[in-house]
Amino acid sequence: MLSLAAVSAGYGSFRALFDVSLEVPRGEAVGVIGPNGAGKTTLMRVISGLIPPRGGAMTLEGRSVGGLPAHRMVEQGIAHVPENRRLFPRLTVEDNLRIGAFIPQARARFVEQVERVYDLFPRLKDRREQLAGTLSGGEQQMCAIGRALMSRPKLLLMDEPSAGLAPLVVAQVFDLVHRIRAEGLTVLIVEQNVQQVLDVVDRAYLLEVGSIKLAGTSADLKGNDFIRKSYMGL
Amino acid sequence: MDIYLLEAIINGILLGGVLALLALGLNLIFGVIDVVWIAYADLVMCGMYVIFWLYAEFGWPLPLACAVAIVGVAALGVLVHLLIIAPILGSAPINQLLATGGLLFFLQSFATLLFGTEFRNIGIRLPIIELGDIYVSSARLLAFAMALVGAVALYFFLKRTFIGTAIRAIAQDRDIVGLMGVDQRRIYLVTSAIGGALAGLAACLLALQYDVHPFIGNTFGPLIFMICVLGGLGDMIGGFVAAFIISQIISIGGYYANTELSYVLAFAFFIVLMFVRPRGILVR
Repeated sequence: MLSLAAVSAGYGSFRALFDVSLEVPRGEAVGVIGPNGAGKTTLMRVISGLIPPRGGAMTLEGRSVGGLPAHRMVEQGIAHVPENRRLFPRLTVEDNLRIGAFIPQARARFVEQVERVYDLFPRLKDRREQLAGTLSGGEQQMCAIGRALMSRPKLLLMDEPSAGLAPLVVAQVFDLVHRIRAEGLTVLIVEQNVQQVLDVVDRAYLLEVGSIKLAGTSADLKGNDFIRKSYMGL
Repeated sequence: MDIYLLEAIINGILLGGVLALLALGLNLIFGVIDVVWIAYADLVMCGMYVIFWLYAEFGWPLPLACAVAIVGVAALGVLVHLLIIAPILGSAPINQLLATGGLLFFLQSFATLLFGTEFRNIGIRLPIIELGDIYVSSARLLAFAMALVGAVALYFFLKRTFIGTAIRAIAQDRDIVGLMGVDQRRIYLVTSAIGGALAGLAACLLALQYDVHPFIGNTFGPLIFMICVLGGLGDMIGGFVAAFIISQIISIGGYYANTELSYVLAFAFFIVLMFVRPRGILVR
């Protein structure tokens, strides 16, 4: 579904990504793991159009989408759950979901889609009139994922969904990822929490200092000595 | 209670309506685009001239002249954004202040060049209403009612529509709205048009009460800025409340002393409040 070929990107004179190539097949969940500063967030921001790529090609379902601005990427079917959730704290939960359905094709089906999100995350329905800034960390992550689902995306990008959450809540967040996968959505997820992310994805890439170092099925990577030693502390 | 004091209080409330409307417009622009339109009151002046020419000179019906003024000033707001604000959005705030400040002198001088400096009146005298012993100007009453209608319409637009929700969201986190499919540039244009339309509505309401001349913006422009800062820049509810506080000070001060002294009082109150509540009257 999504394919990156030799994509590079950076900020000013700093290069954060070097010739990154990856494939996200339809219906699969793919993980990108790696240490802090490896360029994982930059990769997500390039795919969702927040940063223009400096080189390489990006296609979604065979159509070239490289260099489109973020709001056009949403229309192409890519939704991005940003790092640290970035909810609109002084809007209610339902208003956060409403803005997720901003694009014309989603607006028309807002009522139907918001019910689907509430079915998926009943907790959000209880909190619909509450300001998003007053939610707990786990609820905020639900709201951020729900907001992204409101645009009825084909591909969901998740940037560090477990960051800054208590261990018990982290387990809940990975459970959310399971539930979204069950909906048949294609997911690309970036995580430092290697052990847990490998349990929910089909395949994963290891990104280090801006380049792909390793790729394989999650079973392969779980058995890889380097990954076990450096990222799982085994 | 002293009947004249009561009259002053009522007049203060009525004056507050139009000021609150303008404060809403300025706060909306500031909250969303993060820029202060120094020339905001001069957009009102432009709208008043539109009404004067269409109604008093060309003999158009007043509602039509008012509609053209509202749409015209909304279009002017979009032009201000496209020609002046958009090219310098990323630059230092002082440059943006200077640019819209320059627009103020441009509009005032241009109006002087076109229309001269004489005071012009659209020539409508609405009756004075007698409520017992109290006299209330129906022009002011109408202005107050229409200003409230404008404010309520704005509230529902911001609260109930997708674009309104995007406007509120962009004021909270402008870097991330693109991920929701929101084109920032388009929201800025819509916001500028709404800010202009509110100035156009205020022009309709003020044209019924005041003569128009190129410098009429100077009589209430500083007042609107004071109200917005008092309420906390970008805080729409704070600005709305502050408009009524300031208009009461001016109206009651004018009753006990005179109009000049009442402005001194209002600005003195403003200075004191800046020490007590520097981030706005509703923010501790």
